[in-house]
Amino acid sequence: MILKKITSTEQLRRISKEIRKSVLISLAEAGSGHTGGSFGLADIFTTLYFNILNHDPDNPDWEDRDRLILSIGHVAPVHYASLAIAGYFPKEELLTLRKLGSRLQGHPGREHGLPGLELSAGSLGQGLSVAVGMALAGKMDNKKWRVYSIHGDGELQEGSIWEAAMSASNFKLNNLTSIIDRNDLQIDGKTSDVMQLEPLADKWKSFGWNVLECNGHDHSDIIEKINQAKKVKGKPTVIIAKTIMGKGVKSIEDNHLWHGKAPSKEQLKDFLIQLEND
Amino acid sequence: MKEFKNKGDKSTKEGFGEGVVVIGEMNPNVIGLGADITASVGMNLFAEKFPERFFSLGIAEQNCIGVAAGLALSEKTPVFSTYGVFAALRTTDQLRISVCYNNLHVIIGGAHAGISVGPDGATHQALEDIAVMRVLPNMTVLSPCDATQTKLAVIAALEQVKGPVYIRFGRAPVPDFTFPEMEFKVGKSQLLCNGNDLTIIATGHLVWDALQAAYTLNEQGIKARVINMHTIKPIDEQAIIKASEQTGAIITAEEHQIYGGLGGAVAEVVAKNIPVPMEFIGMDDSFGESGKPEELLNKYKMTSEYIIEKAKKIIKRKLTI
Repeated sequence: MILKKITSTEQLRRISKEIRKSVLISLAEAGSGHTGGSFGLADIFTTLYFNILNHDPDNPDWEDRDRLILSIGHVAPVHYASLAIAGYFPKEELLTLRKLGSRLQGHPGREHGLPGLELSAGSLGQGLSVAVGMALAGKMDNKKWRVYSIHGDGELQEGSIWEAAMSASNFKLNNLTSIIDRNDLQIDGKTSDVMQLEPLADKWKSFGWNVLECNGHDHSDIIEKINQAKKVKGKPTVIIAKTIMGKGVKSIEDNHLWHGKAPSKEQLKDFLIQLEND
Repeated sequence: MKEFKNKGDKSTKEGFGEGVVVIGEMNPNVIGLGADITASVGMNLFAEKFPERFFSLGIAEQNCIGVAAGLALSEKTPVFSTYGVFAALRTTDQLRISVCYNNLHVIIGGAHAGISVGPDGATHQALEDIAVMRVLPNMTVLSPCDATQTKLAVIAALEQVKGPVYIRFGRAPVPDFTFPEMEFKVGKSQLLCNGNDLTIIATGHLVWDALQAAYTLNEQGIKARVINMHTIKPIDEQAIIKASEQTGAIITAEEHQIYGGLGGAVAEVVAKNIPVPMEFIGMDDSFGESGKPEELLNKYKMTSEYIIEKAKKIIKRKLTI
């Protein structure tokens, strides 16, 4: 059955909290993984899976589903938690993250059979091209389904992103919406220190995209901007979502050292309390 | 001995182009992708015949591979052709993750394969593509011997392969000697000439040279077996093991680096099963250069004369074991 859309922001906030909690528990159990980005994207994933996407957890390959391409495979924990909570697989399986024989690989790997994954990914800069290919196929066949892709801001330093960006506007792919996790952080520090991305909106505009910005932690703002993108004719839309890496656990917020780190079992208790009080 | 005759010179690129049109007719989900060099990689016929199914993506090969993956994830069968140097090396990471790790049915054409590309020189002579492609999990690697067979290889890539498949072909007109009736079975080599003194396992253009070498050797009383290894991966292990057992000596011949190419692939099977002396015809760990195809093939020792030389050498080695 197609998942019912949740419109109450109160309810969406509760789901985001549940997702963050599941991410923390699965990462602590795994002992490694990417906490920061997973937390920063939790509200966007919630919005997509529980309000925006037409999808059916009982029939993951439903041909008219909207497609979600996660280009930054390292935030797999938030993707897995969203899928489990949406009903694609039992939540207990989240505890197998990164373990031998698990369907929950460190970076998404479809060959391990986890339902709901559109793409095996992990090498940065590739997902936008795949999303373009999907959107092109959808256009060719006059399909109603839409393609969403999620990218990191650091990822935009990859040249292949701009090859893909050029082609998306060239083919007028208004059935494609890309969301940038704009937290201004990457492994080595601030993106502005590592490699300047600004003026980011102007870059996308000059590549022929419709550009929107939103608060990546405000569910209604995310919904509003994605719905605006649906109405745009003749060009793809990019939504630059302002986020805070690690959002939800005060002691790790906006700290690039939490890009690729998992909480210890001791930290887990403290983080869960911080999350509860957030 | 039944000898194969040259029906007339024709580039394997032309065979590829004709094959892509055939699969376009066979299946409406076949989509063509191009990176600006449409005609020189054999995609122009498809682009003219099916303009609504051909997309020019500009000089952006990495994007081409990703777009191909997206199409393949959406019930399409994309064919992307570019020069082999770019197909295998410019886009290796996209191939590895977006295409191979996702195990998608994407057909990749690798044009300008081998030293016989000629005057364009080292930058455009694909001599490492087999090595790169065959190391990628899930990838099938085809290296047909002439235009007729290249056309069949494209059809086989659509009908017989479920995952990613690379088809390598050249630029220079070369003898077209096989027949459309000769079945192209992916993973099954072709015994073109039987003999028990040694085996020449060749791929691509050099299959013709291997045959010419075998015919000359035959006149001198040396019976050479010639195997057309048109599929590099999965390689026909049974044919190689049989050749080792029955002929006791193997020469490989390819327009490619010896390291990691057909020679390496055959040596792996031989060493694992029944070790026999081997000799290798191919690029010996160097870049090519400008020149006419025949001048280059001669300079880098990839002609029937050199195959004959190696044949005599390996028979001596075999007898001293």
